[in-house]
Amino acid sequence: MKIEIAGENALIIYFAEQVSVEASGQIQAMTNALQPLVGQSIIDLIPSYASLLVIYDDDHYDYYAMRSLILAQSQALANDAQTRDGKLVTLPVYYGLEAAPDLEELAQKAGLTTDEVIQIHQAQTYQAYAIGFAPGFAFLGEVDPRIAAPRKATPRKAVPKGAVAIADRQTAVYPSVSPGGWNLIGLCPTPMFEPEKTPAMPLSTGDRVQFKAISKAEFLVLGGELPSGEHPYE
Amino acid sequence: MNNTTNGVIVKNPGVLALIQDQGRIGQHRIGLTVGGPMDPFAFRWANRLCSNADNTTAIEISIGGFVAEFQQPTQIALTGAKVKATLNNQPIPMWQTVPVQAGDTLKLGFATQGCRIYLAFQGGLPIEPQFGSTATVVREKIGGLHGTALTKEQHLPLTTWQAHSTLMLPFADRPDYENEQPLRVVLGYQAESFSRIDRAHFFSCEYKVSERMDRMGYRLTGTECKSSISSMLSEGICHGAIQLPPDGQPIVLLNDRQTIGGYPKMGAMMARDTARLAQKTQGNSVFFSAVTIQEAHAINVMEKHKEAQIKLLKLK
Repeated sequence: MKIEIAGENALIIYFAEQVSVEASGQIQAMTNALQPLVGQSIIDLIPSYASLLVIYDDDHYDYYAMRSLILAQSQALANDAQTRDGKLVTLPVYYGLEAAPDLEELAQKAGLTTDEVIQIHQAQTYQAYAIGFAPGFAFLGEVDPRIAAPRKATPRKAVPKGAVAIADRQTAVYPSVSPGGWNLIGLCPTPMFEPEKTPAMPLSTGDRVQFKAISKAEFLVLGGELPSGEHPYE
Repeated sequence: MNNTTNGVIVKNPGVLALIQDQGRIGQHRIGLTVGGPMDPFAFRWANRLCSNADNTTAIEISIGGFVAEFQQPTQIALTGAKVKATLNNQPIPMWQTVPVQAGDTLKLGFATQGCRIYLAFQGGLPIEPQFGSTATVVREKIGGLHGTALTKEQHLPLTTWQAHSTLMLPFADRPDYENEQPLRVVLGYQAESFSRIDRAHFFSCEYKVSERMDRMGYRLTGTECKSSISSMLSEGICHGAIQLPPDGQPIVLLNDRQTIGGYPKMGAMMARDTARLAQKTQGNSVFFSAVTIQEAHAINVMEKHKEAQIKLLKLK
């Protein structure tokens, strides 16, 4: 673990150089340990792939005091053997071609059938490494290298809400309509961000996610909506 | 709400008018940014001139062109960028409490010095907070009335007016938005990924505010400064962080920034200087100076002490 200065009232804790489930667990444990201080000595926390940014109240703490607090916390966590696994969240996905404009191309480039891509995508659990880009947008990893695919050269102006997507070795569900360059392989009917609800998101960083294929009928029963219009994915 | 009466009608929002409080705190874990006033110092004075608490909901107007008609009496205050303001076509002062009557029309011209104008109302705008704040972040469709900027003919509620003192911020305590003092940057550890020459350039050359200057961030143009880091894992970004993407041109990340990003950073600008930067417009020059974390802390303690000494003058 390494602590570095990020700004006048921010420091960043690095847990590892690379993405790993173990580092993600450590970040999650530290985030949970510091969370009760948010609103007091800590203003906000941003967990990410291998780091945790801590923004603190510099009226009452300076960098060195906050650093000491974190080092002490880290000692306490090291002595605590409790499991660091987040909860397991299952997200249903309708992988039908009308919901998956990039599935055929992705399969073709990978030398697989679309069914194989779908099977590989749901064969494993993913770690929620980071949340950002847009409210409720969780970066999930890591995707099996066989179905990893680079971002599209030209991003779409409007990716539909619920779109399940792949970029490099990451996968995600778009929480709302937004521009985006990821490869779209399905639609998830579970709302990823509901401002009026508590919690507003079904998952947090550190949680694990598994995708489960569903039929079109199930998708619609679960409240999913297919994008409308003549060219919904342009 | 039963304490609201007739409110105010936006006749023209101008370039960009947003409902803001001091910002959304503690919600980064679900990807929500802070929002809030780009110049929190001017925002705070607007509220204090209306005898409001610092976190009272007011309006941030970028550049100008804002017109509104009052449906009830109240008191208002305008602070921030220098702008010609009239009430029923009669000039009114900035940095001072101004009484208004039902039927009065407030008109703002366009800023001649600075960029962000704050309009506060006595008692504030009674608006339901989302995630603990009324701050509007258009990109997230969160805050304000519908997560959007103010629109023509939009009705805004106001609280019932109560008589308060007419206050004024002394001239000597008003900010000078043409002040060209360097913008202070706390060096982050990634500063070491830039060569000594690039760092020397960064802290001695002039940079200009480009046309890409919005609430997410200010892109500056000037001497290129390139990091030896070619790819990094996305990590949390604090307010004022200065990213240097592969083109070597700095981006200062501000209130509506994304919470995570993967470009190397020189460090982060102090908040009292991002407030000054946010008052700059396209073509303005800026300079940076490096400060240590200890210096930044000392500056903040000293400045906060000085600010606490400022007394509003009571005119009536």
